[in-house]
Amino acid sequence: MKRSNLTRKDLAKVINEKMGFSQRSAEELVKNVFSSMKKSLTSGESVKLVHFGNLTVRKKAPRIGRNPRTGETMEISKRSMVTFKPSKGLREKINHNKR
Amino acid sequence: MNKSELIETLAQETNLPFREADSITNTILEAMTNTLASGDSIEIRGFGSFVVKEYDSYQGRNPKTGQKIKVPPKKLPFFKVGKELRERVDKGK
Repeated sequence: MKRSNLTRKDLAKVINEKMGFSQRSAEELVKNVFSSMKKSLTSGESVKLVHFGNLTVRKKAPRIGRNPRTGETMEISKRSMVTFKPSKGLREKINHNKR
Repeated sequence: MNKSELIETLAQETNLPFREADSITNTILEAMTNTLASGDSIEIRGFGSFVVKEYDSYQGRNPKTGQKIKVPPKKLPFFKVGKELRERVDKGK
């Protein structure tokens, strides 16, 4: 079975069909929602979405790593990354679906 | 930022009433949830992608008591941050 992949365009289509916004303004709305989340994460603040999950910015400390090819040791600089923790509700929905 | 702040921002930036921004945001999240619930993935360019990974059942142990238990098969959603967001978060701008 072919797995589909939901994109921004598909989300805009849902907004268009369910709420009657034009396809173009629906696309703007979807873009706006994701760019607000991006702004929040970029400033280091997590995004908490009840019933969905939390996107958190985690700071990783610098560590000593090795280039696997040359065996050379080097310092991997400190970095920030985004992690997602699904809400309990989302995890349950994913597991209880019997389709 | 929580959901109501996200909705508030959307309402302000688009001059839409809060109620409308609220149902737009919820419609998006609901569509994303339904997609993952049916095992499909989500890909938002510049933001990231969500995929559902399936795990078979396996023999686990209760770390406290050491007792063997059978962990049932499960599915878990994973988020992979997109290139643009990853770089912006790392640089902090």
